[in-house]
Amino acid sequence: MSDFRIDVKEEGDVVIIATDGYLNNVGGEKIAEACYEKIETGKIHFLLNLEKSTVVNSIGVSILIEIIEKLQDHDGKLGYFNLAPIVEKTFSIMGLTKYSTIYASEGEAIAGMS
Amino acid sequence: MKGSSPVVELTLPVLPDMELAATKTAEVVAKHMDLSDEKSAEISMALIEACINAFEHSGTNKKIEIHFRIKEDVLEIQVTDRGKGFDESKVDIPKIEEKIVSDRKRGWGLQLIKELMDSVEFESSNEGTTVTMTKKK
Repeated sequence: MSDFRIDVKEEGDVVIIATDGYLNNVGGEKIAEACYEKIETGKIHFLLNLEKSTVVNSIGVSILIEIIEKLQDHDGKLGYFNLAPIVEKTFSIMGLTKYSTIYASEGEAIAGMS
Repeated sequence: MKGSSPVVELTLPVLPDMELAATKTAEVVAKHMDLSDEKSAEISMALIEACINAFEHSGTNKKIEIHFRIKEDVLEIQVTDRGKGFDESKVDIPKIEEKIVSDRKRGWGLQLIKELMDSVEFESSNEGTTVTMTKKK
């Protein structure tokens, strides 16, 4: 399950990162690395498509908090879509929804980021 | 034994992602008990966090033990490590407002377990820690 993969694409000004696999420390670091590379190029709006990451742990999610902190320095935003119910609940318990947004679909997410 | 609760036992080595082996067992047990998908997912998430904590506390004893006790109306799960123990009362409740500006973003495991399960108890000494958590049907 450490075989965590990401696919990065851009829709206008929004960077969309689709994940595949267990979002643990390894997965979180891969997402962060991709985000930080894009921030270096001036991108500040990020969406995570978590459809294929139905299992997470708090260490991996903690790394998303690092990304949120980094984006705050750049007036950027982080959002998510296609979350499994337990992932959404975990994000809610950890308070991520106070600093980032969960969207119901990719279309709604892209519109929300614009 | 007649009248005793069936127990599923699992021993996990401290290896990367081995907590997922525990979740597979939990899914089977939850299905056996006819628990909802929502409750099954909550149990798995809490179990992941309990295992990660146990792995981190296990010290030189590189394995943890898990017992799933199947009762009539409740699933009881015990996760035991043989590490040096910890004082649960000294673990701060994490707050996102503080974490977002802190160098240490981690430390959410116990909070998640408490939120996702119906009850959680800790027994800890210098010979190890047992977390007992329950989920009602």
